[in-house]
Formats: sequence, C-alpha cells, structure tokens
Amino acid sequence: MALKTARMTEELELFGCIQCGKCTGGCPVARKTTLNIRDLIYHMMVDSDMDLDTHAELWDCTACFTCVERCPKDVQPAELIIALRGELVEGGRIPETIGTALMSIFRQGNPSSMARQDRDLWAEGMEASLEQAKQAAQDGCDLLYFVGCIPAYDNRVQPVARALMRVFESAGLDVGALGTDETCCGNEVRRMGEVGLFEMLVEENGEMLRNVGADQIVTTSPHCFNTFKNEYGLPDTEILHYTQLLAHLLEEGDLTFGGSLASEEGEKKVVTYHDPCFLGKQNQVYDEPRAIIKAIPGVELVEMDRSRERSLCCEGGGGRMWVEGTNLEERIAFQRVQEAADTGADILAVACPFCLLTLEDAVKVQGLDEQLRVMDIMELVDQVLEEDVPDASDQE
Amino acid sequence: MERERPGPGDRPAALIVGAGIAGIQAALDIADAGFPVYLIEREPSIGGRMAQLDKTFPTLDCSSCILTPKMVDADQHPNITLMTYADVDSVERDGDIFHVRVRKKPRYVDPDICKGCGDCAEACRMKDRIPSAFDEGIANRSAIYVPFPQAVPLVYTIDPDTCLYLTRGVCGRTFKCKDACPADAIDFEQEEEFVDLDVRAIIVATGFDLIDPETQPEYGYGVYPQVMTAIEFERLSDASGPTKGEVFVPEVDRRGNTVVGDRKPEDVVFIKCVGSRDPHTGVPYCSRVCCMYTAKHAHLIREKVPDANITVFYMDVRAFGKGYEEFYDRVRHERVTYRRGQPSEVYRRGDRLVVLAEDTTLCRSPGREPIEVEADLVILATAVVPRGDVAQVAAALGIDRSPDGFFQEADLKLRPVDTNVDNIFVAGCCQSPKDIPDTVAQAKAAASSALRALVQAREAVPAAGGPAERW
Repeated sequence: MALKTARMTEELELFGCIQCGKCTGGCPVARKTTLNIRDLIYHMMVDSDMDLDTHAELWDCTACFTCVERCPKDVQPAELIIALRGELVEGGRIPETIGTALMSIFRQGNPSSMARQDRDLWAEGMEASLEQAKQAAQDGCDLLYFVGCIPAYDNRVQPVARALMRVFESAGLDVGALGTDETCCGNEVRRMGEVGLFEMLVEENGEMLRNVGADQIVTTSPHCFNTFKNEYGLPDTEILHYTQLLAHLLEEGDLTFGGSLASEEGEKKVVTYHDPCFLGKQNQVYDEPRAIIKAIPGVELVEMDRSRERSLCCEGGGGRMWVEGTNLEERIAFQRVQEAADTGADILAVACPFCLLTLEDAVKVQGLDEQLRVMDIMELVDQVLEEDVPDASDQE
Repeated sequence: MERERPGPGDRPAALIVGAGIAGIQAALDIADAGFPVYLIEREPSIGGRMAQLDKTFPTLDCSSCILTPKMVDADQHPNITLMTYADVDSVERDGDIFHVRVRKKPRYVDPDICKGCGDCAEACRMKDRIPSAFDEGIANRSAIYVPFPQAVPLVYTIDPDTCLYLTRGVCGRTFKCKDACPADAIDFEQEEEFVDLDVRAIIVATGFDLIDPETQPEYGYGVYPQVMTAIEFERLSDASGPTKGEVFVPEVDRRGNTVVGDRKPEDVVFIKCVGSRDPHTGVPYCSRVCCMYTAKHAHLIREKVPDANITVFYMDVRAFGKGYEEFYDRVRHERVTYRRGQPSEVYRRGDRLVVLAEDTTLCRSPGREPIEVEADLVILATAVVPRGDVAQVAAALGIDRSPDGFFQEADLKLRPVDTNVDNIFVAGCCQSPKDIPDTVAQAKAAASSALRALVQAREAVPAAGGPAERW
C-alpha cells in the first residue's frame, strides 16, 4: 500500500525537522525494533511515495510521546506514526487484534470484547454506592468519576476503582458516575489511527459529559485523563487524574490515613513509583502521586534512577495492549521491573491501569514476584483508609 | 579604587551600563576621545563574563591575560569614573540630557582605605562556606570577598546575604574581619547612596545569562554531579581557578555535597544546543558561541587528559568566524570524535553515566539502533539568554526588546547599535548572543555613535555669543 507523502508531510509540518535524532535517540522501542521515527520523517520529506506494507514496526510505537516532548523543533514525531496508522486503518491493513479491539469499542464501548451491560461489574459489593453515584450524575453533581474500560472490566484493575469509590465516600464527596452509559474515552483509538471512531466518541461522550455538567471529572486512568484534558474541548470542566484529587484532599485535610503499612516490627514498606507516560511526560503530573505515597503511614519512597521526565515507558500505550509488536522477546517492562527491583523496593507503585498490567506481568515472567509487588497507588491507599467512614448521604 | 575623578565640568558625558568587555572597550574609546565616561557595574568588580573564561577561541589566548590590562586601563583612565557595585535606579530624559540616578550599594568596606590584602576574608567565620558565583559554585569563598584575584577595583565587599552580622545582627563576640583588617577599612555603618549624573549618551552593555540546564531535565543536570555546564568547565579549566586548571570528575562527598573530586575523566561527552534552537525552552535562536567554545573545551581536555576519549554530539557545527573552521579542523585532528545526533537522555549505569543518542549518520546500518556512550563527565553547552532583570532595565531606559527577549536594535542591518531612544545604544550580548570579536566590534560601534552625540552636544553649547568651547 503506497502513500503519496507530499500532503501529509505538509499537514504535519515535517519540514520543520532538522534530523537531529533526539526523537529516535530517546525512543524506548527504537532500541529493540526497527522503528526509527527520525528516518521515517526523512523519507516523508525526500520520497514521493512510502510503501506502508513494509513498515510493520509502525505498530510498535507506544505513543509515550517522549519524542514529542524532547523534539527541539516542535515537530511532534509521534503524530506521524498516528497519521500513518490512520492510512493503514483506512486501507483495512491493520493487525487482527487491533481490529478486534476497535470493533469492540465501536459495538460495546470497550476494547476488551465485553458486553456493555456488564460495565458496572467492577462495583461488586458496593452496588448501593454506584447506584447513588449514577443518580447523582442524573441530578447533576460537582464531581464525575469516569471509571474507564480497563478498571471497569479487568479483574486485576477493578479493585482500584472500588478503592477510589471508598475514598470519595471517606472524603464525603458528591460524586457521580455514568454506569453502563459510560463509553470508551477513545484515547487509544486515536493513537491506533482510527480517527473516525475517535471523533464519534468525542462527540457522543462530549455531549454526555456536558449534560452531566460536573465542574470536575476525575479518571482512574491517565489515558482517559489525557484525552479529556487535551483533546475533548471541555473548557468549563476541570479534568483531574485521581492522584491530583487525592493529593488535594490530603493537603486540605479532607482525607486522612490511619493504620500503617509497616510490619509489626515497625519496618517500613519500601515503595518506588513508576511515572506513567500519559500522566508524567505528557501532562507533567509528577509530584501529586509522590505526595500521596509519602503520606501513607509506614512507607518509605525511593526513586528509580530514571524517573519523572526520564521515566521509562511500560510499553502498554498507543494500542500496544492489543498488539504485540515486532519484538515480543525483549519487553521494556522487563528492564523497568529490574530497575525497580534494584532499588530494593518491596512495592512498585503505579497510577495507571496499563502500567499495572504490563509491569505485573513482567514481574512474574522475570521471576521477581517473590521480592517485588506491583500495586496501584489506590491499592496502597485502600489499606490505610480510615475505617469510620462518614456516610456520604449524611453529609448532604 | 573608586577615587574621585576630575569632574566632567560642562563637558558632555556618557554613561555605560555594564562593565564586561563590551562596556570596558566602549568606555576606553570614548574616554580616549576626550570625553568623560561613567562606567557602572553592579558586581563588585568589572570584567564580566570574559573574566570567567579560561582560554579564548580560536587563538587560545588566556582570557584574563588579554582582559586584565583593559580592566586596569579603564580603572586608571583620567576620563573614566568607575562605579562598581552600583546600578541604575532611574533615568529621566530632559531634551538631549539624561538625568540618571545611580544607586551605590554599601560594600561595608571603605574603598579608599582597603588595600585588598585579604586578611579579612581569611578571618571571616564563613570562610570557604559560601559558594562563589564567579567560580560557578565550584569553589567557596568567605562572606567578605573579592570575586577573583585580579578584581578591579581590588576592594573587598561584604555580601549582605551571607554575612553573619548583617543577617543575624551578631557575629560571635567580636567581628573577625574588623579585627583582622590592618587598615580599619570595614564599616558596617555604610548605607546605600544615590548619585545623580547628567549624561548625553548611554550605552547599555549588560551582558547575558545562561539558561538553567534543569529546563532540559532529560540530561540529568542537578541529579548527577558529573553533568556540568560549559561555564562551570571554564572555571574548572582555568589555571588560576579553584583546581589550578586540573580537570577532575566531580563527586558527592559524605555530606551529600558536590565536590571537585580527585580523579581525571576517562570518557568525556559534550552535548551542544542545550536549550538553544529549541522553541520549547523559549530559545529559538542559535547561541552562536557554543560550537566554538565546545571545540575549545575538547582541545583543553585533550591537553589536560591526553588519553581521554572525547565525543562531541552535534546537530550542526557552526564555525563561521575568522580562523574558526580551521580551529574546528585542528580539534578534530586531536582525536576528538564528532558524532551527529542530539542526545536524548543521560542516565546512570553503576558509577558511570550513559548518554543515549541516535547517531544519525549510522542510519539503517544493521545493529545501529540508538547508541549508548558511557561517560564520566558530561558537559552541557547551555543557551545564552537575556539577563534575568532585562525587563526592568528596558523599562527604566524606555528601550524596546525583540521577541527573543534581548534589547532591540533600531535596525538589524543598518542601525545595529541604535535603539528606539535617541542616544541610547546597545553593545555586546545584551543585544543578542555573540562572541568576543563581535562584542568588541559592536562596542566600538556604540562608542563611535555615542561620540557623535557627545561632539554634537559640545558644538551646540557655545558660551553666550562666543564660539563653541573646544578642548
């Protein structure tokens, strides 16, 4: 499938590129596959055609946007990959698993081929709270909780969403939820190149979110957070990742922790934190997750060498949850969990459903599960949440 | 010494703000032409950035060896009034005359008495505890100090931010510095003074700052002591600097402080364009000096550490001046490897650093994915940026700034040292980044423009009915 390069090169302003290579130099997958975004940009500039069928590595990109963050010329290299994927989507030449995920989102509102009516299953054991939240969303609420597909359906991530609901109750927040009306945010859809579906999701979700009219939307996933914040056009709504909300609640004294994660002998749990790309690099939320971890009694936070702006991608973004890529053997997550283990940490804390899944899997494959546990920050918080929760309904 | 000069009388005078090489050169040219000059410098010594440099490209002249005589000339010139540790408080224009109020900060040392012996600094309770700004934090000084040994004037100054007495009101049972001073020059009663001047021309030569390298967090400055800036390297390399010119790998001592260390580097990596040419950091322009000083630094490393592996990462090499390309050629022949690619990240592996980059000339060679170059010293060529107080200075003088933040020349090509205000001129890096030859050329242009204003003023002030006064 041959692409005429001229129009896309101009639209994406690729002529701004000076071929410095800072993009490819920092690309986490360039070291393990033939993906070379700097080289792709060069060929877009100098060749009139590009044979996309010879570029299977286009599906290796995790959309971590390290290249975009570091490009000195504002070229936005990753946007070229998204655009080229778009051509492949248009031409129907996409990996089968990507096609399945996209079709599932179109039909069921989630990428996991799960039924739409099962979207509330995450709230098992706290159905009353969810019902109350759904009612609040209908009546108009200040804060809307957007659960997200993976937390809603994946067994491993569901406890994160439940813990977050308990925090809302503990802090006495008037929170709403969309229940089975909630539909995939489309962040990954756009990055897989399915522009049409993404635009449809933005329109439909946007209308639904505007109808609820909440002042704030809080998400479990940095991926939903990113697209709502930067791509939905919701200027009147403050979009928050849950770590931002919790850090604020802690600072204001509206949330307090009791108990401790320390052992009976008083030995603190050593926790290291992995910055998710969509929260850190792409949205500069670095301090809030750390503030929460530091506030948890019985915890000592240690940093990996590569942290914050230099955090390594877990390889779970940009549609990579649904496509293996051209080099399955060397997973970046293997390197990342080794870096975490090298700090001597007991727990590798994350704040993203994808990071939770990819890193936990890597810990198992690498045989590190005896020494290192991967946990979402919410799972840590859940262990020290004050038990005597004031009932949210009494507060009103 | 800030001794009184013969007053200007009714000779029209010029004011020069900033006494780096641009200000000094302009002052000398105007003074040599017979007009009085007030040369104002906010630091305790004149000399500016050039005083911080080790060697100068492409001739490798010792910077202070060629600068110091000019500093002394400026100090001793009968037509130059040096006002150091002072800044411009306000400027009011009245026809062709600028009424300028200069604020002289208290040194707490009488400049007419101080002999510059340094006994006070030896005795100071804060000795070796205050990071020296002149030495870019590589060495420490006392609370009473001269910025560097060749300072002009050679008069000590008490730093009000770190002096125990001035910050806490007490310095033990007795003032160590006052006791030590053989000339009884220390005077804690000194206060800020204001001096009013009338001048006909102003030359702004306030110089530049360097971008905070932490705006590029991927390079690990502030995280790894072995990552340093080029200006820090100048102080490390300077034979009269803190290490007497020996290049050591910085390390962290037991108290967590970065210290000079005692080990020579084996692998040195230079990263150019740190901030420059990057609209992200607000520096879309080329800083113009980094290509050449990086070549100079590579040469100095080769000279001081003959066996070191030296790698320079570059996007482009801009060697445009007289003798510059030849110098770049020479340095490459000294076994300096130039690799094309802007590094993306620096991280740690064991006790070494790794510079992660794509060598773009290796494109598509099998197995030539992004490279990792190990280093024990990484030197960042940080962008030249406007002074932090550029907005206040522009407002005080009423002069415009260009979108890059530097002072705006009236016309880039045809009026390169004029500003939007008649008889206010610019010289040196406050107008845009430039090297020493260009700075001096511009200083001389500004001096010539200022002289035109001074001569016109002289010709236009005849005594009543008589011919114009002439000297």
